[in-house]
Amino acid sequence: MSFLSYLISGISLGSIYAIIALGYTMVYGIARMLNFAHGDIIMVGGFAIFTMVSTLGMAPLVGIVTAVAVCTLLGVTIEFVAYRPLRGASSLAVLITAIGVSYLLQNLALLIFGSNARQFTSVVMVPGLALAGGRLTISGETIVTIIVCVVIMVSLTAFINKTRIGQAMLAVSEDRGAATLMGINVNKTIAITFAIGSALAAIAGALLCSTYPSLTPYTGSMPGIKAFVAAVFGGIGSIPGALLGGIILGVVENLSKAYISSQLSDAIVFSLLIVILLVRPTGILGKKINEKV
Amino acid sequence: MKVKKNKILIQNGITYAMVILFWAVIQLLLAGGHVSSLLKGLLVPLCIYAILAVSLNLTVGILGELSLGHAGFMCVGAFTGAFVTRCMEASLPSVGARFFLALLVGSAVAGVFGILIGIPVLRLKGDYLAIVTLAFGEIIKNLINVMFIGRDSRGFHFSIKDTLSLGLEADGEVIVKGAQGITGTPRAATFTIGILLLLLTLVIVLNLINSRTGRAIMSIRDNRIAAESIGINITKYKLMAFSISAALAGMAGVLYAHSLATLAATSANFGYNKSIMILVFVVLGGLGNIRGSVIAAIVLTALPELLRGLNDYRMLIYAIVLIAMMLFNSSPKAIELRSVVMDKIRRGQSGSAPKEV
Amino acid sequence: MAMLEAKNLGISFGGLKAVDNFNLTIEKGELYGLIGPNGAGKTTVFNLLTGVYKPDLGTIHLDGRNITGKKIIEINQAGIARTFQNIRLFKELSVLDNVKAGLHNHHPYSTLEGIFRLPKYYKVEREMNDRAMELLKVFDLDGEYDYKASNLPYGKQRKLEIARALATDPKLLLLDEPAAGMNPNETAELMETIGFVRKEFDMTILLIEHDMKLVSGICEKLTVLNFGQVLTWGETSEVLNDKRVITAYLGE
Repeated sequence: MSFLSYLISGISLGSIYAIIALGYTMVYGIARMLNFAHGDIIMVGGFAIFTMVSTLGMAPLVGIVTAVAVCTLLGVTIEFVAYRPLRGASSLAVLITAIGVSYLLQNLALLIFGSNARQFTSVVMVPGLALAGGRLTISGETIVTIIVCVVIMVSLTAFINKTRIGQAMLAVSEDRGAATLMGINVNKTIAITFAIGSALAAIAGALLCSTYPSLTPYTGSMPGIKAFVAAVFGGIGSIPGALLGGIILGVVENLSKAYISSQLSDAIVFSLLIVILLVRPTGILGKKINEKV
Repeated sequence: MKVKKNKILIQNGITYAMVILFWAVIQLLLAGGHVSSLLKGLLVPLCIYAILAVSLNLTVGILGELSLGHAGFMCVGAFTGAFVTRCMEASLPSVGARFFLALLVGSAVAGVFGILIGIPVLRLKGDYLAIVTLAFGEIIKNLINVMFIGRDSRGFHFSIKDTLSLGLEADGEVIVKGAQGITGTPRAATFTIGILLLLLTLVIVLNLINSRTGRAIMSIRDNRIAAESIGINITKYKLMAFSISAALAGMAGVLYAHSLATLAATSANFGYNKSIMILVFVVLGGLGNIRGSVIAAIVLTALPELLRGLNDYRMLIYAIVLIAMMLFNSSPKAIELRSVVMDKIRRGQSGSAPKEV
Repeated sequence: MAMLEAKNLGISFGGLKAVDNFNLTIEKGELYGLIGPNGAGKTTVFNLLTGVYKPDLGTIHLDGRNITGKKIIEINQAGIARTFQNIRLFKELSVLDNVKAGLHNHHPYSTLEGIFRLPKYYKVEREMNDRAMELLKVFDLDGEYDYKASNLPYGKQRKLEIARALATDPKLLLLDEPAAGMNPNETAELMETIGFVRKEFDMTILLIEHDMKLVSGICEKLTVLNFGQVLTWGETSEVLNDKRVITAYLGE
């Protein structure tokens, strides 16, 4: 029974990774950049909710809406100020700039909220489930996280396949030059991608902090890296890949914490990534790229 | 026509001279008592980060592969070095000799790790290589955090659980204590030793670049397929660059271990953020620009520390400066703007418009 | 014995036969042309001969030695050097260093001898410089030896690529569209250079070319490739007057 419980909380953690990984994977697919600051958007979302709910006493829903709005705006602003001027520059230059943005967000949060961990009040109002005569309990956070993840995956897939903007995103990720020639506004498409990715990060922040209620300026850092690993794992650029990678990573992490060693769980997750990439250099669902001679 | 080699000799000479001058100035200031204790504490770290930046530049700038795991090699070197120094206490009483031995063994072990990790990961490219090297760095850090090594009359004991499970005799001693790391390493690292090691690093890297091996490495960076077509063994030279880079990072690690009373594999010491910090030095100093790496490492290590007066704002300022510099240096628009401005200045000086622009 | 003998070569990509039943024999010292419409599989043949692709079928012999399925660097060491359709120079290296990279396997010293600047380093580097300058002189590039390769004008970049290939001391030189992007003057000059290289280095040369003037001007023999298969081969003048060849190029 305990195995089942670890498995379910692993899937829940994996769902959070998957939601973050979606942001990573979409931005990478379309802007071809590692947005190292993506994890810190989660943290900003967490603090936005914390401020609205715990400090100002607003309803959790107001907090979530505020967080989504703040993060969306932040994501678009960052893209406009820091990344757009670097379009056409080397990917390393963009990476370092993203690292700078990450430092900036962390240190702003440090300045405003201090380095002490804040106790985050869960925004999930759903009661937990007790199954098998109370031997297996599933928390409300777990249930909500998994449901939210599924809803996001389905609606995002529909959005990309069914709407003009979604098709434009696909076109830009396939071939930016050709998309421009077809009259697609690449800058606008990339901005929309950042908006969606950042909104997702805000939701991930709400879920992450509800499940693990300690909030610091560095809260988003490690989940951000792990989600990136999940995205690479599943095949970067692929939405089902992000889901698959996120879930596998969450489950492996949780099970190794439970059965092997909590100190080694990260090492195990990272080793798995390495093994996967050595067998399939572009991830589980990634496309194979050949260099033409 | 005779081939001129002076240009490279002069360039390298300037780099060495700069480091020696830096040493001399600090020595003068130290003798005059003008150095604050804050700066004194920074002197060895400055050398460590300069070595790390130069060695990472070998991988990123010269070989052209993005590595986010440099701190992992530093970690291997640091722990190997500290371990050697602590173990040899009885058989080799001289601290200097033990430190020297630690430098050799630490660099060698880190270099071997470079080969072991390089064989699988160097097949990957670009961002994939970056994330895998980051993963390796974290794995190394995590493994060292759970490692316990003790010694008693029966020899060495190893565990990944706790001190008790080492099963030491009464006379036994725990040398590596998991997350608490290694304590009691003599603080033998001095500024002068740091500078000497930095000079050694520079000699190795600069001479390597300007040799047959360096040409092979750079040809792989510029065009892998062409390099292969003229008979250059891609795997061999990639591994060589990667492992030399790792060995030098290991050497910096040994230096680091000998500048601290307690060495622990924390995220602050050896986490991916450390690797990223070193990468920032390399990029701001200029890819492939070895002297730039030294300058960037020294300036960017010293600056936030010297700005301590600004307290909470210093890292914020650092972040803003970093973003601004990247935009200024790399944005296509900024580059264009700069060339237009430079053109105007030049035109103003010569007094006549050039025929073509 | 033929310098190059390719028998019954074939390769498919995803079920599509890119090259099929390809045969080619080049005698020592010949200047041989491989022509054909776009997409006929000419570059694929080069990639098969140089080990970039392993053939699904067939054998390749160089100067009597079986090099089928060998790795790129082994084939280079066996004696085939090439240039590329889209120029592949070492852009950040100097013109001189591009050629010296080509000399890599013929003037060895160890990495340690390089790092510690032992006497052998100076001796071998001097030999390399002399040899590289000789090669550059052939292509009239010696004046620009310290330029960054990417700063050379297009035509000179093509020449530098040939010089670099020659530095590996090959028995057979493969040139993939050496005149692509050149103006008529540059092409004429290049023809002269290729002729000179052949005489001076006693070289066997196989080239892919679209410029019929260049092909008819210097190649003794031609093989025409169409849809991955050999359409015809033989003496240049005969091949170029073959109706099938004209049809292949101009359509029905």
